[in-house]
Amino acid sequence: MAAFGTGARQLQGRGGSPGFRFTLYALLSIVIMFLDERSHWLENARYFLQAAAYPVQLAVSSPSAAWSWLQESFATRDELRKENNRLRAQQRAIEIRSMRFDALQKENAELRGLKEALPAVAERWEVAEVVNVELNSLRQRVLLNRGTSNGVFKGQAVVDEKGLLGQTLHVGPWSSEVILITDPEHAVPVQIERNGLRTIAVGAGDTASLALPYLPANADVKTGDLLVTSGLGGVFPAGYPVARVAEVHHDAVQPLAQVRATPLAGIDLDREAVLVWFRPDHPAAPGTAAMTDTKSGNARIQPLPAPPRPATAPGAEAEGATPAKSSASSSKSTAAPKPSPGTKGAAPSAPVHAAGTRTEAAAGAAAPPAASTRSEAPGAARPEAPRSDTSVATRSETPRSAAPPAPATAPSQEPAPPAKPAPAAPEPEQQ
Amino acid sequence: MNSEPRFRMLLTTLVALILTVLPLPPWMDPARPAFLVLTVLYWSIAAPRAGGIALGWFGGLGLDVFQGPVLGQHALALAFITYIFVREHQKIRSKPAFQQALIVFAAVVIYEFIVFAIDGWSGHPITSPARWLHSVTSAMIWPFAAAFLTHRYGRSS
Repeated sequence: MAAFGTGARQLQGRGGSPGFRFTLYALLSIVIMFLDERSHWLENARYFLQAAAYPVQLAVSSPSAAWSWLQESFATRDELRKENNRLRAQQRAIEIRSMRFDALQKENAELRGLKEALPAVAERWEVAEVVNVELNSLRQRVLLNRGTSNGVFKGQAVVDEKGLLGQTLHVGPWSSEVILITDPEHAVPVQIERNGLRTIAVGAGDTASLALPYLPANADVKTGDLLVTSGLGGVFPAGYPVARVAEVHHDAVQPLAQVRATPLAGIDLDREAVLVWFRPDHPAAPGTAAMTDTKSGNARIQPLPAPPRPATAPGAEAEGATPAKSSASSSKSTAAPKPSPGTKGAAPSAPVHAAGTRTEAAAGAAAPPAASTRSEAPGAARPEAPRSDTSVATRSETPRSAAPPAPATAPSQEPAPPAKPAPAAPEPEQQ
Repeated sequence: MNSEPRFRMLLTTLVALILTVLPLPPWMDPARPAFLVLTVLYWSIAAPRAGGIALGWFGGLGLDVFQGPVLGQHALALAFITYIFVREHQKIRSKPAFQQALIVFAAVVIYEFIVFAIDGWSGHPITSPARWLHSVTSAMIWPFAAAFLTHRYGRSS
């Protein structure tokens, strides 16, 4: 073994030459990487390793935790009173804003033809503290001090009081690693709140921006548009605020618009985050693997049967009728980049038009419930859309294999990712 | 080998691991020297028989637990450069500090390249140039780190 270098002779003592040992370790790490990446055999090992790492992480974060505790406990009376006043004003504002909430909810249920008002989609939430540890400087990850012992599961939505933060990626018994929406590997299916245009927001790798790389150059997007979750993708429910469009750049030679958005959540300021559990049978809820029955949700909140369509359809109505079929295929194309786990497809698509109809509720009120959407809201024929979704939104769908271009009849409404759908889109779910 | 240097080795490696996960302001973060790599490399030329590749591999695995998207990624990269250092420890040890720093620079670049390659293979690529920055800072800090470890935990093998 002299070929392995000058040190080889004197290192023969333990367990073979360095070359031999290196080969063993290299093989071992390749096997581990393969198992970790391509199968789920190491989930348990990861779980225990995360448990073992947690005390170290706590210890590492303890100086900064102690510092902020000290700062808090030495806050002056004056500061406390100021904060108290501010909080009181804030609370009053929130209460006033939510005063008509119940009435609006009932009205909404009537408009949507539901038998009773929906409960809030968030069933339960828990505030978790961010453990101040460096997870990876190149990635946007944070560690929360809640784990499976608190009922946290993988792929759970994490928000703060202003907007969406991210989702859990690895969950240990007492801690969970969260991938933020600004991580370059994270993609969140969003919808422009103003017009219901759906697209995907991909993290740009820094705390201050998201990219919207799949909007065509003629897409109706403006600076200041609010992006909300579209409910596709099976992780986030529909309608949660994500970001505000900060910059739109139309380049004449580029087929796609360059759009950047600023996340609403305080990505780098948050010391606390909220883990949310959603009602699985709520129409706005993200589809979960457990929900295999696509049709039946909560039996009490099913849509009423659609009344017959009026014979004399106005122009908008007639247009709305044609996209019914095309919208099914285009909702397929948007569903495909982030397929919901399992065969669940109905719930994610249902809330989309619910969210899409908000400003023109008057139009929706005039039309029969089943056809209450404008042409922007896909799935005008509500019972049809879920069925076609179910057929395509299976787990095995890869982004490349799906995504036909948007039908020509609806060029501006469906930003079907042309040619190259989000490469990173399904990533957070696969891990 | 008695167990004493092994103990010191484990202790310093653990400290290096903690230094790696210590929170820093975001602008300083990419420039954080690869403390774990420096410590493991130091021990692999100072006491190649006591720790060597096993120390590198387990240290890297520890780093994977804290930071790696894939388990075994840093372990493989660190085991590889440790192997080179263990093999060539006599040549490297006899070099002046400046040349050692250059060698360490090359080693950290190789290490980062392996990590980068595995990132790409497993579908988590980060192409930001910031990821290469710590090879420079690691090389800059190497003479001091080596002097400190020799002074504090001394007695090369």
